[in-house]
Amino acid sequence: MATPHNLRVGVFVCECGRNIAGTVDCGAVSDFAATLPDVVVVKQNKYTCADPGQMEIRNAIAEHKLNRVVVASCTPKIHEPTFRNCVREAGLNPYLLEMANIREHVSWVHQDDPAGATRKAKDLVASAVARARKLEPQVEAEVPVTKAALVIGGGVAGIQAALDLADAGHQVYLVEKEPSIGGIMAALDKTYPTMDCSI
Amino acid sequence: MMDVGRHPRIQLFTHSEVETVTGFVGNFHVTVRKKARYVDETACNACNECVAVCPVAVPDAYQQGFSSRKAIYMPFPQAVPSSYLIDMDACLGNNPIACGKCADVCEKHCIDYDAKDEIVPLEVGAVIVATGVEVYDPTEYDEYGYTRYENVITSMEFERLICAGGPTAGHFVRPSDEQRPLRVGFIQCVGSRSLSPKGNPYCSNICCMNTVKDTLLLADHYPDVESTVYYMDIRAFGKGFEDLYRRSKEAGVRYLRGLPGHVREDPASRNLVVTVEDTNTGHRLEEEQDLIVLACGVIPRQNGGNVKHLLNLSQTADGFFMESHPKLKPVDAPSRGVFFAGCAEFPKDVKDSVTQAGAAASRAGILLSTGKVTIEAITPVIDTEFCTQCGICAKVCPYGAIRPPDARTGRYPEVIEAACSGCGTCAAECPMDVIAMRHFSDAQILGQIDALLEDHPEEKVLAFACNWCSYPGADLAGTNRSQYPAHARLVRTMCSGRVDEDFILHALMRGAAMVLVSGCHFADCHYINAVTWTQKRIEKLWNRLDRLGIRPERVQMEWISAAQGTKFASVMAELDRLRRTVTPEEIEAAKTILAAEFEKKAERLRKQRARMKSQREKEEVDVA
Ligand SMILES: Cc1cc2nc3c(=O)[nH]c(=O)nc-3n(C[C@H](O)[C@H](O)[C@H](O)COP(=O)(O)OP(=O)(O)OC[C@H]3O[C@@H](n4cnc5c(N)ncnc54)[C@H](O)[C@@H]3O)c2cc1C
Ligand code: SF4
Repeated sequence: MATPHNLRVGVFVCECGRNIAGTVDCGAVSDFAATLPDVVVVKQNKYTCADPGQMEIRNAIAEHKLNRVVVASCTPKIHEPTFRNCVREAGLNPYLLEMANIREHVSWVHQDDPAGATRKAKDLVASAVARARKLEPQVEAEVPVTKAALVIGGGVAGIQAALDLADAGHQVYLVEKEPSIGGIMAALDKTYPTMDCSI
Repeated sequence: MMDVGRHPRIQLFTHSEVETVTGFVGNFHVTVRKKARYVDETACNACNECVAVCPVAVPDAYQQGFSSRKAIYMPFPQAVPSSYLIDMDACLGNNPIACGKCADVCEKHCIDYDAKDEIVPLEVGAVIVATGVEVYDPTEYDEYGYTRYENVITSMEFERLICAGGPTAGHFVRPSDEQRPLRVGFIQCVGSRSLSPKGNPYCSNICCMNTVKDTLLLADHYPDVESTVYYMDIRAFGKGFEDLYRRSKEAGVRYLRGLPGHVREDPASRNLVVTVEDTNTGHRLEEEQDLIVLACGVIPRQNGGNVKHLLNLSQTADGFFMESHPKLKPVDAPSRGVFFAGCAEFPKDVKDSVTQAGAAASRAGILLSTGKVTIEAITPVIDTEFCTQCGICAKVCPYGAIRPPDARTGRYPEVIEAACSGCGTCAAECPMDVIAMRHFSDAQILGQIDALLEDHPEEKVLAFACNWCSYPGADLAGTNRSQYPAHARLVRTMCSGRVDEDFILHALMRGAAMVLVSGCHFADCHYINAVTWTQKRIEKLWNRLDRLGIRPERVQMEWISAAQGTKFASVMAELDRLRRTVTPEEIEAAKTILAAEFEKKAERLRKQRARMKSQREKEEVDVA
């Protein structure tokens, strides 16, 4: 685990074509990022999520011995899994990645205020770097699963779910509070839309 | 139904209820109470001799009370399991030996009056909740006269009266005189789509098509019957539905747009007079019917509470179980490893129930087939050295994922990782600050706050946004290009429940003009009810700020869903307006006050820790 003494952060600023760069001064953001503590490399890309962009991250991790990665681009809701994979492939624990959302939360919502947008983008990068410096590698725990299912309620839905699971090879326990399964449907005469018998 | 009874991999427990559930995804420990049937279902061959001799008759619930059954009975002819049981409440006296007729005639000796409930333990990896719905009881709609007028019946009662297996062997007659009605009126939306305190606000989904079906059955069996449907909208939205609706109209069924205000009985004929406004013409009509069928809606299972607590489920305002995500995870419960099938989630017809059941089985099957679950590394770690075993963490956990401490036995709270979803409420509420959230630690969040407020904090709005609603709400504002002032700085947490009061105060101490805590609406909270702790915390904080002489309005709380991009933008605009009202003097004063508050807290914790330490050392000496 990287101790706070040998932190090496890489920052990757994405232009997202004109999506970010059209409003935010990405050059200024990159220059600013280079001044932040423990940042050893800053790269700017047209599309960081594309193969060349990801390649650049992987190369930088190797070349600059990065142990924290910050990507300033779109929302983590879209590409966090992408970049987590990318750093994992380069041998870094995926929890050592942090993103700054400078598209959805900046360039797209402050189109009339490029100066304000650039200031905000810098702050978000500073925030991401600050967070990255405190990140720690994490291991996801794995627990075994008991291969059986409980179905509560024996109406048509519970019956169908139980049959599907059992047909798929799983043990099923179906618990029905009434003396017979069937639910409401068992009390119906005919059912729409087919107008056939319900039982 | 029969397939379930026969399937080698399905063990059926009828007349049974789940009594306890502990454990977590992949590892649930369940106990089931198998209630005594008093008839050995494995030996019984359904000869029916017992029923013939039983002297007790009670109303038959299956037949909606239109006929009777015995105290020893089979629920209905096609029942699965195909076995009798004794209704002990009806069986003669508390001492069944006083009668004992059924046991006397049973040649296979299946009957055991002393049978006891059995408790069966089960181990399962996944749970499917398919507890369905109940039919709405229309008695409170007094204007329709259900229970006062015999010839006003419910749609469920209609089912039994038209059914060949019903109490009248399918001869459709009305209750008062067992005569065949020639004029039948159906009243729609009874108990549904109601804006008054009576009934429920939602559409029950099935009653329109059920009525269309009923009119077709009548037209089919009795071409001379005149049916009238009183409705406000006919919702025939599904595949093949419009076609059935058209067929019903072609069969001569009259659809009158207007819900009756009133139904009254003519005491002589026992016919019913309906007062209704035809909203298409504006005419007020009085119409006579021989029989009225109330198209009753459906309501959540009233015993749903039991299942709800057993599995830590939440309900929407309607009372139906809430799914993990209404669009993207419609059959997953918020608690991992639990899935919904059928009407338990919301009223739906058989086809949709079956479809959803397939989806739930598939979702559960993925879990079972994978054979293992990974737990996202965002769970809490409790440093027990300075834990006072107060138990607040266990109390606030929406998932019961913290085993409560016990000061008497010396047990410390323990995180059950697989049950935890990482909301962080425990860490925010721990009075000793000894709970660290992995990947959302205090140091990480405070580091973000400091970085965001390093430069010109007085111009900034620091906003905490939860991962599931407010943060994606802000994303949506972006996708929609909703513009707002560039002063907001967001910090993402999994849940607003993670936002420690200290984070907010820290931001104010760093000079932020405004702080926003935003999370999911109560009904959407992705951590069951964690957001209620957010609210309590912020309300307490407002009082505290007030006492300290800091304007409480500088801390705002908003619920913004993932679909509310526009709301996010307007909240930001409003916060920017408020930001401009905050004076530099105010900010400076708050900074000084809060620095002193933090110093006081640090001192308190220091002292308490020292006390705990010396106490512990003393105990160790005593033991030695
Ligand atoms: C009058 C009427 C007419 C209808 N007509 C049609 C039609 O023509 N066509 C159509 O497609 N749909 C029709 N429906 C809808 C149809 O009945 C439902 O879609 C279907 O019954 C839903 O099945 P379910 O399994 O979800 O729920 P249910 O049928 O309600 O079954 C739930 C089961 O769970 C059991 N249960 C509940 N709580 C517990 C517990 N705690 N422990 C154990 N067991 C429990 C209940 O006893 C019940 O057996 C009609 C509904 C009504 C009310
Ligand atoms: S399905 Fe039809 S009758 Fe039922 S509540 Fe909805 S609109 Fe009313």
